[in-house]
Amino acid sequence: MTETTYRIQGASGEWEVVIGLEVHAQVSSNAKLFSGAATAFGAEPNSQVSLIDAAMPGMLPVPNKECIRQAVRTGMAINAEINKYSRFDRKNYFYADLPQGYQISQLYHPIVGEGSLTIEADEKAGIPEDKVIGIERIHVEQDAGKLMHDQHPTMSYVDLNRVGVALMEIVSRPDMRSPAEAGAYVSKLRQILRYVGSCDGNMDQGSMRADVNVSVRRPGGELGTRTETKNVNSVRFVMQAIEHEASRQVDVLESGGKIVQETRLFDPNTGSTRSMRSKEDAHDYRYFPDPDLLPLILEDAFLEDCRASLPELPDAKKARYENELGLSAYNAQVLTADVDTARWFEVLLGETAKAAGKAPAEVSKQAANWLISELFGALNKLGTSLEESPVTPEKGGALLALIAKGTISGSAAKQVLEIMLETGDEAEAIVEREGLKQESDTGAIEAEVDTILAANADKVEQYKAGKVALFGFFVGQTMKAMKGKGNPQVVNEILKAKLG
Amino acid sequence: MTELTELGVAAIRDGVKAGDFTAVEVADAFNANVAAAQEALNAFIIATPEKATEAAKATDARRAAGEDLGKMGGVPIGMKDLFATFDVQTTAASHILEGFKPQYESTVSQNLWNAGAGMLGKLNLDQFAMGSSNETSYFGNVISPWRKAGSNAPLAPGGSSGGSSAALAARLCPAATGTDTGGSIRQPAAFTGTTGIKPTYGRCSRWGVVAFASSLDQAGPMARSTQDCAIMLEAMAGFDPKDATSLELPVPNWEALLSADLSGKTVGIPREYRMDGMDAEIVALWDQGVAWLKDAGAKVIDISLPHTKYALPTYYIIAPAEASSNLARYDGVRYGLRDLPDGANLQDMYAATRAAGFGAEVKRRILIGTYVLSAGFYDAYYTQAQKVRTLISQDFAKAFEECDVILAPTTPTAAFALGENVDDPLSMYLNDVFSVPASLAGLPAMSVPAGLSKDGLPLGLQIIGKAFDEQGVLNAGLAIEQRAQFTAKPEKWW
Repeated sequence: MTETTYRIQGASGEWEVVIGLEVHAQVSSNAKLFSGAATAFGAEPNSQVSLIDAAMPGMLPVPNKECIRQAVRTGMAINAEINKYSRFDRKNYFYADLPQGYQISQLYHPIVGEGSLTIEADEKAGIPEDKVIGIERIHVEQDAGKLMHDQHPTMSYVDLNRVGVALMEIVSRPDMRSPAEAGAYVSKLRQILRYVGSCDGNMDQGSMRADVNVSVRRPGGELGTRTETKNVNSVRFVMQAIEHEASRQVDVLESGGKIVQETRLFDPNTGSTRSMRSKEDAHDYRYFPDPDLLPLILEDAFLEDCRASLPELPDAKKARYENELGLSAYNAQVLTADVDTARWFEVLLGETAKAAGKAPAEVSKQAANWLISELFGALNKLGTSLEESPVTPEKGGALLALIAKGTISGSAAKQVLEIMLETGDEAEAIVEREGLKQESDTGAIEAEVDTILAANADKVEQYKAGKVALFGFFVGQTMKAMKGKGNPQVVNEILKAKLG
Repeated sequence: MTELTELGVAAIRDGVKAGDFTAVEVADAFNANVAAAQEALNAFIIATPEKATEAAKATDARRAAGEDLGKMGGVPIGMKDLFATFDVQTTAASHILEGFKPQYESTVSQNLWNAGAGMLGKLNLDQFAMGSSNETSYFGNVISPWRKAGSNAPLAPGGSSGGSSAALAARLCPAATGTDTGGSIRQPAAFTGTTGIKPTYGRCSRWGVVAFASSLDQAGPMARSTQDCAIMLEAMAGFDPKDATSLELPVPNWEALLSADLSGKTVGIPREYRMDGMDAEIVALWDQGVAWLKDAGAKVIDISLPHTKYALPTYYIIAPAEASSNLARYDGVRYGLRDLPDGANLQDMYAATRAAGFGAEVKRRILIGTYVLSAGFYDAYYTQAQKVRTLISQDFAKAFEECDVILAPTTPTAAFALGENVDDPLSMYLNDVFSVPASLAGLPAMSVPAGLSKDGLPLGLQIIGKAFDEQGVLNAGLAIEQRAQFTAKPEKWW
């Protein structure tokens, strides 16, 4: 394996960065992990708080099966070992955003064990080859509430809406060696979660955030002391935090200092990290099995259901796009990057094939090219996204079928798309209204060609004598005579036949 | 009307149904007794006569309409103040929850109201159910209605369900709820000549019951007869999807299946419970119990529960460990007491609130629990205790291969005087020595009054059964009850 050669050049030589990530991903479910309260983002403070979330006396947690299911499906998607026996533990500490005085988590027996994902080679980013990143475990746990310090001059307010929301903590092995690899890992993980549907991956809403563990060492040497930078909430920030933290550690070490094992905070405004608390002030969390909850025993039937419900995952989909649909690696990559794009593309492809009466593989390249170069470009100009596109994949498929059947030309299709984006009308109606149909009837085209050839007998002679460049002249004349509506492919074929 | 307060659950239920008296008459009689005894016995933290009357009126109306009156129709009961009751102060006998009115009703209390019972009031208890004498209540200790022959010294009613036991013995209620974590139903029942059963762990929902030690806490009925306990347990028990440890089993017809005929049954006598220096009265009572059960047709054998001597230390690791975490929610942020000294930050507020809100015994157990769970001690204490707990369960499982129920004393002594053990937590904890093993194993266990000590104080016998076999326990209890003919009651001095 060609290792990444990302190195920090210090005054005393090269340093290697070792990175591990703990990603907290909010489970997509309508209700919290142990209470029936809702989980919608952006609701009025304290409007989604059950008696359980508020830790009223005598309240008890009951596991939400959907959250468990999503964690299991996620584990399956990273080819991880699923633990049929897992257990919830209490992590005890006092804070105003934690009504119970403990977080229910899984320290000793997580639901998902060892797994992995592959980040793809990206020369430009300094990732020379595909690289497998180990994932140590996934466990489910409760989120905490949110303190608001800007609502009152002397008091802090607390919003308990997030209290008890289900999180998956996805813990990687310290397998990453550069900010780019870490960025690629987070992106890939996000991609998989969105495919599985277990997390919406909205990092800006806090649905996914990373604790970044960084240490530096001499290349290949002993592991250094690590620091953990908490709650970094974008791929770019993860990369920035690593860059900053690694250089800081190198500076400390080269000036004769020691790295303190500590928790740090990332400041997105400055791109730097700062100390939050050191190991000495670390809490003793007094983990112990939650006596309100029985061990979680997963039945085979449940696991089978989870597995059966898994969609085609990004790596498999990309391979299929290349191998079965004949798409370029680049196009396959673009189309599978996000589950919504892939879903859009597959509806488009299906509709195109159906409307054109062809096999998907026959229209796949056309559909891929159109989506990537035509529609993405047009949406970009309009400043909108695929999700909000006025052209649905069904309507796009109908348009592409018109091209595939030769009803309209490629250039006419561009016109039609523009009108579709403006009006949302169906392609066929636009073609009809605007008179953009092209002539594919061989009889009609033959008649036109015969007329042109007869009128230009001299040029026909020259052509036959070897001046083949005149072919374009005949095409142009024919198209002109047909007011641009002749199917160029048919025109070409007929001209070739007639000219011999 | 005072004779109505001599009646138990079955008699009241049947009498109301038959029209011998109305439910309102019953409620009035008990309400009057509650009010008259409050100052002397302090059994209730608050009385709720209007609740008892309201439920009684509803029962009488249902009867007039010819409707079903329910398993507990017309029976007013005392509710241990550990159960959350809607809009009625629920304190766990603590200062930190003083004034707290839940906007929800515990599953067990709701089940009882649905069965036609009414609430006389919230019964006093040891603070957060931690104690064996009711002396840890923030609202003052309960005084047992019993007195030693020739003495006026106030006695402990037992704990933690001491309000329940005192109220029963003093005829302030025909039945009361209790909760049992290490003996909190059985020990007070034994001290007051009343009957109480802790069912199998998971029979009664813990939802809405202020938690002490979640893996041990179990609600159960306290009354003055085995039949009354069976009736009330039927009303309290049942699967509750809101409690993940609730048993998903139908509730048996315990009352209908009561039988004192123990032919074909085997009773085990655990030799490890026969301890050096054991009170001769207790030994004699136990032997008497053996004779009664033989008389009822049972075969009696010796059994061994070899890890018995580790039960108490195990309990005093696990219960405080769970409690230290369960009680973290009382932090002054959302409800209950808040002590916010001038210029205090969040940590200061926690410290001040909890220092003021918890009593000494609660603090002691939080400290013990925090200690045994802390890094470096966890394995030596908590993990080890869990292993021993498993061994204790295995002891019982093995014993139950040979016998159907186990007979033992409920407590090592009769009721002690208030203040006698208050400065010596260890001898206080020893009160639970016979009751704790069944708690650790989650087994059904009951205490039945079996006789009087030479001082004229009640003594109880304990029956421990197989998991889910409350019927076997109740039947053996009934066999003792029929033979013991325990009719003694405290002479009224209050």
